[in-house]
Amino acid sequence: MWSSLPSFVAVYPEILLVVVASIMALADRWVKLKDVFAWITIATSVIALIMVFAVEGAVFGNSYAADTYGLFFKMIFLLALIMVTLVSPGYNRMVGIHFGEYYALLMFAVTGMMLMASSKDLILLFLGLELMSLSVYVLAALLYSDLRSLEGAMKYFLLGAFSSAFLLLAITFLYGLTGTTYIDVIAKKVFYPGLADNTALLLSAALFVVAFGFKVALVPFHMWSPDAYEGAPTSVTAFMAVGPKAAGFAAMGRVFIEALYNARVDWVEYLIPLALVTMFVGAILAVVQTNIKRLLAYSSITHAGYAVLGIIAASREGMAATMLYLFLYLFMTIGAFSVVTLFRQKDFLGEEITDYQGLSKTHPWVALVMLIFLFSLVGIPPTAGFIGKFFVFKAAYEAGHHLLVIGAVLASAIAAYPYLRIVMLMYMKEPEKDLAVNVTPYVFAGLIISVVGVLILGVYPEPVINFARTCCAGLIP
Amino acid sequence: MEALLSKLVFLYLAVVLIATSILVITNRNAVHAVLWMLVMFFHQAVLFITLDAEFLAAIQIIVYAGAVLVLFLFVVYMINLRTELKIKNFMDFWPAAILVSIALLILIAKGVGSLKLPSPVGDMTPERILAEGHGKVLGKALFTEHILSFEVVGVLLLVAVLGAIVLTRRIRMKGEEA
Repeated sequence: MWSSLPSFVAVYPEILLVVVASIMALADRWVKLKDVFAWITIATSVIALIMVFAVEGAVFGNSYAADTYGLFFKMIFLLALIMVTLVSPGYNRMVGIHFGEYYALLMFAVTGMMLMASSKDLILLFLGLELMSLSVYVLAALLYSDLRSLEGAMKYFLLGAFSSAFLLLAITFLYGLTGTTYIDVIAKKVFYPGLADNTALLLSAALFVVAFGFKVALVPFHMWSPDAYEGAPTSVTAFMAVGPKAAGFAAMGRVFIEALYNARVDWVEYLIPLALVTMFVGAILAVVQTNIKRLLAYSSITHAGYAVLGIIAASREGMAATMLYLFLYLFMTIGAFSVVTLFRQKDFLGEEITDYQGLSKTHPWVALVMLIFLFSLVGIPPTAGFIGKFFVFKAAYEAGHHLLVIGAVLASAIAAYPYLRIVMLMYMKEPEKDLAVNVTPYVFAGLIISVVGVLILGVYPEPVINFARTCCAGLIP
Repeated sequence: MEALLSKLVFLYLAVVLIATSILVITNRNAVHAVLWMLVMFFHQAVLFITLDAEFLAAIQIIVYAGAVLVLFLFVVYMINLRTELKIKNFMDFWPAAILVSIALLILIAKGVGSLKLPSPVGDMTPERILAEGHGKVLGKALFTEHILSFEVVGVLLLVAVLGAIVLTRRIRMKGEEA
């Protein structure tokens, strides 16, 4: 009897996360010291990270593959989980949402992302996406006595549900065309004569673009993101800006690069205008923002526009560049949001950019750390942001999208203004008020990891890009 | 004759499904909207029966018409909507929304029109499904081939329950503390 059960070895990391998350949600009642949950989350993520490197192989009738492509993304998700957990204790205690279910939901969301990155079956991909989204909707609504949080979470939930419908419709069309939901089989079938120029296939690809566009916040599907980012607790915002975005790109790689590689002429055509509009709209709207969380939300929209360039290149080098980009983006974004959480007091939001005025005089170290993250988000050379941009631009240029790359460079020149305005406020203005900074050992450790990541990977990205290249070797024929 | 009859039945079901769906979203009385949804669920079940999917039809009645709809009614009673909502429109840009919907509809119609159905894959012919019984075949596929997806759905429901409790119970506890 037992021998007929399939092997579950490949999903051990996911099982570990689900089990620990369930226990934490239950145990919250009896644990008085809530920091324990943060320790357990970090320990579990580290163990899962080791396990992810140890397991491999395709299981469940080839619907789930613990391959190297999934491995790279799982590394991103688990690192994001660790770093967000480091941000959480101090900030969450301040806003009153420090409890076991919070960490449990984070872990459930990461489980969904890991399933997305490794799924070889579109049904499983959809379920992973729903698991991730559902957890993040709840996390975004945690501050729900604050109307902003409620509004943001509601928008995120409604538009997310809407985009799920698009994803299902896209999967349905692909199923109708090929008779299967398995990515490997679809990839072979798209070769068949008469299928590649089928209108239904183009429609399916377009619907996939819409669905993933919502998840990674490409313009014009970005409407939810500034409100959701502003309203959500800042620790959750840091998670939302990195995790679901990277998971969206992982799914894009699975669907566009792996399943629909032979129809690339078509979906590249849909993605190019979206990428251009995303980069420019994100950059221009960031200029007028006065709330730092909204500003970083628009910044993350712009960054999604850059990261999609690697997918547009539709090459091994391009996919590797996107993966590298997301990996580097993890450190700078969570780092920047960690700095934002420092200023939160019980009765003070600390989210206006004018609050940062003269920070270099009152808190020189915090200002310096923020400066490093902002320079990295702009893409100034010794930091990781430059390396990420360089590789995606290079990949898109080599794939022949010259005008697109010129547009991207112009957009990143505009995008520099909002970040440099904060730098200017921090370093060239006199302080107006005395800000208290709420530094816990956790967030201190998190900031050190982010700064080290941004600076070291900015100078020496070679191991990561080589790892990314080997990781997506199996993806493209 | 039989082919014509099944076409007529499908036509009737399709028209009713679309009409009731529109009624569900346009009706301002929440209870009426839920009842129209009930009509829609029953027709959907009949649609499944015409496709020889009797297990899905039973599930449709038991789970959707039986359980989900009752939950909807509970919600309607709990929020206590005695009078109809008098909000004119939830959104001001419905002309644009209708334009986009029509464009999408045309695109989908074009897509469906060009759809060339592939030759069947796998070993599940309609005859075999009829011989073995729909529920049995479905169960086998669900618990072998799609076991992981099945488990993930379980986790998904767990997260839904957890989220509902966190968002209601937690907030109430906070109110008691204050």
